[in-house]
Amino acid sequence: MDEVFKALADASRRSLLDRLHAKNGQTLNELCEGLAMTRQAVTKHLVILEEANLVTTRRQGREKLHYLNPVPIHQIGERWIRKFERGKLTALSELKRRLESEEK
Amino acid sequence: MSNSTFVYVTYIKTTPERLWSALTDRDFTRQYWLGAHCESDWKPGSSWKLSFEDGRVADSGEIVEADPPRRLAIKWRNQWSPELNAEGYSLCTFEIETVPGDNSDAVKLSVIHSIDRPESAFIKAVSGGWPRILSNLKSLLETGSVVLPKKA
Repeated sequence: MDEVFKALADASRRSLLDRLHAKNGQTLNELCEGLAMTRQAVTKHLVILEEANLVTTRRQGREKLHYLNPVPIHQIGERWIRKFERGKLTALSELKRRLESEEK
Repeated sequence: MSNSTFVYVTYIKTTPERLWSALTDRDFTRQYWLGAHCESDWKPGSSWKLSFEDGRVADSGEIVEADPPRRLAIKWRNQWSPELNAEGYSLCTFEIETVPGDNSDAVKLSVIHSIDRPESAFIKAVSGGWPRILSNLKSLLETGSVVLPKKA
């Protein structure tokens, strides 16, 4: 679990997870597109994310595709969120999302 | 890219044989599948179905590949939502690999679920359920009990 927190404690790595959340199954080239990071930096971050099992890769022909693996994040949630709290938390997140989108 | 896919991976302290039986035994699946269970004789070409407790069929399909305790592939189609059913068959593959550990071995379970269409609502729907089912499966095999007994 330490590895997951360490991997998440970096804004660049979180933005890579955001990109995979928006579009799953991307190549390294696709992930690098439009980013201010160098290819080497992206590769280094992906290794850390893979070691934490937050990103998993599959070969498809000659391409290596990266997928977001939400299972460890889910396990963190379950450790501290009790079953009966889940509904209230979803309602709170929804309320926050709606109020914040109205402001724009 | 013309298909929708997700790949979920979890590491479980168990043996490939126990994990295989957890995936294929009707009463075992009932314990962690959020109030549903799987039925099949798990031979290539055989039918497969996932049913709710009250007998309604949630999803059904066919076993494409079964190589115990390593690899299982299921042709899988939703049967309760007209919108999801209209998307046709998906393919769900389970891969089981042994990972050497310091004290004891662990098993890496990968679930690859894909359908041959972009922006699939079916893949979106099942991708929310899998992390919960996999967490339950992991705690059941490691501790003997689940975290989420029924659909929350």
